[in-house]
Amino acid sequence: MSRIKGMQALFKRHRQPGDIVFAWVFFAVAAFLFTQLGAQSPWMPEAKTFSQPAFWPTVSVGLMVVFGALHLLSSALSPRLTGRLSELGFWLRSAEYALWFMIYVFMVPWAGYLPTTMLFGAGLALRAGYRSKSMMVSVLLLSIVIVVIFKSILQVKIPGGELYQYLPGPWRSFMLTYL
Amino acid sequence: MEIFYSALNALLDWQVLLALLIGSVGGVIIGAIPGVGAAVAIAILLPATFALPPLVGLTMLLGIYGSSMYGGALPAVLINTPGTAVNALTTYDGYPMTQNGEAKRAVALSYSASFVGGIISILCLIMLSPVLARIAPMFGSREIFLAALLGIVLVVLAHRGQVFAAGMLAAFGMFLQIVGLEPVTYSKRFTFGQTWLTSGVDLIVVVLGLFALSQAFLLLTEKDNAPEIKALEGSLFSGLKELWLYKRVASVSAGFGVLMGMIPGVGEFTAQFMAYTYAQKTSKTPDMFGKGSPEGLIASEAANNAVPAAAMIPLLALGIPGEALTAMMLSVFYVHNVIPGPQLFQGQMDLVIALYLALLILNVIVLCFLLISSNLLTRIIELPTRVIGLAILLLSFVGVYSLRNSITDCALAAGFGVFGVILKRLHLPIVPIILGMVLGGIMEIKLRSAMPRLKTPLDLIDRPIAMILFALILIVIGLHMRAFIRRQREKTLAIELDNR
Repeated sequence: MSRIKGMQALFKRHRQPGDIVFAWVFFAVAAFLFTQLGAQSPWMPEAKTFSQPAFWPTVSVGLMVVFGALHLLSSALSPRLTGRLSELGFWLRSAEYALWFMIYVFMVPWAGYLPTTMLFGAGLALRAGYRSKSMMVSVLLLSIVIVVIFKSILQVKIPGGELYQYLPGPWRSFMLTYL
Repeated sequence: MEIFYSALNALLDWQVLLALLIGSVGGVIIGAIPGVGAAVAIAILLPATFALPPLVGLTMLLGIYGSSMYGGALPAVLINTPGTAVNALTTYDGYPMTQNGEAKRAVALSYSASFVGGIISILCLIMLSPVLARIAPMFGSREIFLAALLGIVLVVLAHRGQVFAAGMLAAFGMFLQIVGLEPVTYSKRFTFGQTWLTSGVDLIVVVLGLFALSQAFLLLTEKDNAPEIKALEGSLFSGLKELWLYKRVASVSAGFGVLMGMIPGVGEFTAQFMAYTYAQKTSKTPDMFGKGSPEGLIASEAANNAVPAAAMIPLLALGIPGEALTAMMLSVFYVHNVIPGPQLFQGQMDLVIALYLALLILNVIVLCFLLISSNLLTRIIELPTRVIGLAILLLSFVGVYSLRNSITDCALAAGFGVFGVILKRLHLPIVPIILGMVLGGIMEIKLRSAMPRLKTPLDLIDRPIAMILFALILIVIGLHMRAFIRRQREKTLAIELDNR
């Protein structure tokens, strides 16, 4: 009995709610990748072991499986924690902002960098719970400053919006180049 | 001497100096905002430096790299929240000093200790240069492979209590690096027939996702928080004078920072732990540690600020990054066509010296800036966290999208952002993923180029440096196993005593 308890003590550690879910998912992904090794990284017939394109995938996926299994084991042997579901809820809520980010990404080539950034900044500020005029003005100013620094001054590669094509001549080239 | 003048001449260009000023001041400001950090700033700004001349772009990002920890001490002392992760230990004594009404003293001491740590570290870097220039060419493919392997082993074992998690995440990083076209035979690896995966997963995309976007998502999802800070009254220059009283602690702590910074995979936390333990053991008032001890504060700040310059040693000499930030800096060097490694010391010594001088100047700029503008910085710390999250999100777009104008990159970064949120919430380490990606790539290339010249795998360690590195790997693993077994025995003994 004490040996079993000793084994548990060997793997037990401090963890957070939701750790076991992550451990299971990571291990499942690692195991899936392991099953795909042959198909996704074939061994060449004449190459030496260390020169095989499949050598490092085998090493990395193999290590993922081994360490993933050990992590899962240690998570399973640690005391159960409450709050797992609320933690999963937090992860999902954070994914909402990933969606916001992707909408922003899709809008820029169409509506242009400056208008999209201002619109996105204001929208996100409202979503974050800010309602005051001063906050809105600050966010809009921040958006303009970011665009001016990166696009106008540093000339970072961000394409002009398709909507800019409908602007009158001199404005169009200015907006396409600088904003 | 001619090389020195050439380096100085390159550095005195107005564009380079301006970039250094922007980088240094920007790094302090970014470091002072809790949760942002230098890795985020470097990742965002890296694409913006593509168009700049190499030394201008390098010095700007080097400025951010070398100065962020200075700024991170301010919120650690004033509101018990470290600006960057490595300032966590500063809260132990810095915040109690603030609570005891010694905020100004704590801030002044932390700046001074950081400055001393930084300068000592750069001086070591400069003094070690001739040695590095001689040793670096002795590192062939097999030595670099073994050094990278040592780095991976250390980064995994350095995560005490989380070795399995660190191991699986480092392996995940290595896996991310192999996705796409294999560079020699051009065979596809883990692309699952998807064309968007053939170009692989870019390190910057992963860094921006795991560090920047994840922080933005986290700040936007969590409760809003806007800390209130009392203004600091009086001059902060007294810190330098007071630091003289604790010169032993400051210099020894900086020494630990230099030593630990040079070893890939170890970094600031170990250096701080060793410095803090030393300071406590040798202090006349060890009971004060954790309750507002100036020595504890100095040990923490001098040690952590000595690491960045020291971490440049394996990076510049061997092309091996020791932690996430130097991994980022490696990308910065590559982007600007500067290839760190043994050849750098032979072919571009003037650039190396220019970088050392830039590091030296940035420490002076940062100290001057902090001594006169700390109250201004406290206004930035008072920004509501959701506004910071919003700003990071807007800035991250620039970093990811301008890399290749790829929507796929943005989607990947967003995915890594959510993954980063999960890791942060579970208190799992992110750094092993980044080092796994970088060191995994180095190991693959170097092992492949080393093996054709070897008759048996044992020939891998037939040269002195290779043998030393291999012995070090075995010693590190052996020591870890011994400590693990000892802890296990103690635990079993405790259980048996409980049963009786």
